[in-house]
Amino acid sequence: MTSTKKTAISRRSTLGLLGGAALAPAVLPGLSGFAQAQSSAPIKIGFQLHRTGIGAAYGRWYERTSNAAVARINEMGGINGRPVELVIEDDGTDPKRGAEVVEKFATQHECDIGFGTLFSHVVYGSAPRAGELKLPYFVCSEGHHVASGALNRYVLQPGITDVKSQVQAMAPFVADNLGKKVTMIFPDFAFGHDHRDFFSEAIEAQGGEVVAKIAIPPTETSFTKYFPQIPRETEVIYHVMVGPAVLTFVKEMGEFFGPSRPEIFGFIDSLEAVDLSSPGLEFLEGTYFWEGNPRYAQADQSDHDKAYRAAIGIDDNGASLTDSADVSTYAHMFSCWETLNVIKRGMETAGYQGPADRVKLIEAIEDMTDMAHSDDHPQGAKLFNGKTHQVFGHQYISQVEEGRLNVKHTTAIEDGFYEDEVDYTAQSF
Amino acid sequence: MEFGPHLMLAALEGAITAAILALTAVGLSLTFGVMRVVNVAHGEFFMLGAVAAWFISTTIGGHPAWGFIAAVVLAPLIIGLLAASADWLVLKRLDYDPERTIVATIGLLYIIQQGALIGFGPNAQPVEPPFSHRIALPWFEWTEAGFEMYYPWGLSTNSYKLFIIFAAAMLLLGLWLIMTRTKVGLVMRATQQDRDMATAFGIPVERIYALTFGLGAALAALGAVLIVPVQQAYYLMGHDPLLLSFIVVIIGGLGSLRGTVLAALLIGMSDGIISVFFSPTLAKIIATLLVAMVLVFRPQGLFGKGVH
Repeated sequence: MTSTKKTAISRRSTLGLLGGAALAPAVLPGLSGFAQAQSSAPIKIGFQLHRTGIGAAYGRWYERTSNAAVARINEMGGINGRPVELVIEDDGTDPKRGAEVVEKFATQHECDIGFGTLFSHVVYGSAPRAGELKLPYFVCSEGHHVASGALNRYVLQPGITDVKSQVQAMAPFVADNLGKKVTMIFPDFAFGHDHRDFFSEAIEAQGGEVVAKIAIPPTETSFTKYFPQIPRETEVIYHVMVGPAVLTFVKEMGEFFGPSRPEIFGFIDSLEAVDLSSPGLEFLEGTYFWEGNPRYAQADQSDHDKAYRAAIGIDDNGASLTDSADVSTYAHMFSCWETLNVIKRGMETAGYQGPADRVKLIEAIEDMTDMAHSDDHPQGAKLFNGKTHQVFGHQYISQVEEGRLNVKHTTAIEDGFYEDEVDYTAQSF
Repeated sequence: MEFGPHLMLAALEGAITAAILALTAVGLSLTFGVMRVVNVAHGEFFMLGAVAAWFISTTIGGHPAWGFIAAVVLAPLIIGLLAASADWLVLKRLDYDPERTIVATIGLLYIIQQGALIGFGPNAQPVEPPFSHRIALPWFEWTEAGFEMYYPWGLSTNSYKLFIIFAAAMLLLGLWLIMTRTKVGLVMRATQQDRDMATAFGIPVERIYALTFGLGAALAALGAVLIVPVQQAYYLMGHDPLLLSFIVVIIGGLGSLRGTVLAALLIGMSDGIISVFFSPTLAKIIATLLVAMVLVFRPQGLFGKGVH
């Protein structure tokens, strides 16, 4: 028994050695690149992080994901032979502080680029300053702000599909399977308004209608008082909520309906970083969720997703390997991982050496189109639109079954296409 | 939702707001009445109560009821002691000067809030209620078939929410008994009426001040322990209770306990009803407008006794 084991191990290690030898040429150009690089100083990526404030739960996981992605990039030889370093600044999920943080990246830390912002009001607050400082600013936010043309040429969103595209891709599923009369509950700021405007449009295109729109401030802590605005004719509740009190929101919604709930379609935002088995969430059984990336490992899980989970330290239920109660923001945080890989590819294509090459970096990324499903893009294949600076990908619709989310429908990338609203490439730098 | 069930739900929500607000505001009113200290950090003691409840209940584990009972007893005690030591450490050194204590309690607010951020973290944490049963409430309507009873969507409450209202009422009654029937209450009222005279009669005014400050904070903490199972503990949750408590105390009359409780009922119920029928923002606008009106036409508050 022991001897077989030994043989197995030695065979494996031999294979490993062989593999290493095969990989060596692939690594060598990187090594020689390191030698040729004009500077071996690290490439500094300013990471605008929601470490505190209403986005803190996302911030915790955006940080872990980005650290894992950077560790992987550095293991593979860095970017253009230079190591990558994240310079983290907390923005308190506050737009005013966001602009100051961008300024710190550009002037104080001398970062090459800025990266990582999620909450759309912080993006709106920070993006103009990034443009003025000519700092490439990569957001991981979902908001339609980039593709709408409201921002500037220095702002890109290459890691996650925007809300307009997401809801357009999903509206047919809602109309065909759940119902046509929808009441929307959404947070009362830019991100929620994107949902309100674009889902209303999309469901009308499917012959449905939104019968009520209920806006709730993201800082709210008590929600029962909002629910009576739900009209009796409602067939489907469409909910998307963010902020520290999301668990209370969903619980109180369950309590409000009791045993006779309508169909419910939610954005997993309403329960990101929350354990689905929390007491009070039992009523969600059978309801549907949008997921940017399936939290629970599915039967057809790809090797890329496996590698990605392992790199960050996440189990098959989407929680931390070290603490099963520490649930991740799995549906969103892949955007950090993928954005960093896009940055790497862009910098390599542009032959990026320092801040003088920032324009070349943006142009290199604007030229990108296809992004294949790979370890760099574990969420799925994507298509980047250089004109609108926005990426388009697959969306997942999952149903709660026995307390876990099982994917029922995956949208095609084309389902989320819409007419370009801006051509950033026509703008001057 | 039809008007009838809608109003009933609004009234229930309002009653919960009013109950918690009454406890919190009475604490604020007490510190102002007895000590003439405007405690800007009052909301942070509320937050600390919620955080302590979370900490105690997760440490104890087991059935949520044990954690809850321990939190009801321990959290106000710990927060009260903390506040009393803050009084001894800070406010006493400032001779309870009204202006300087405002600045000092603003400082306390930031210290406590950032301390909670460092120790407790930036995430909201849920606390399980000791018991919770959904109670669906029926409604009646006249249809062609005659008089009918039905269960409208959403017309429901929860046994724990009803318990909050009951518990707050009992606690306020207890406080009223302490203030009017015990020696401690007598001494506190004497200090409130005339500090110098109280000192002359041998009342240890400084100890009474520390006790009052601690009691005020403990009441806020108790309010938070009661509400945290329906909300969540969060390091920024002290803001709204502070604002609403000030509104209530100003309307009710500074230092008047009866006035504070009645104003809490008024503000809590109107907040519940207006935010259900219109919007929570409008509820805050109206409450603030009410404060302005009271300040203009009746500066001593609705139940205040006027300036001495």
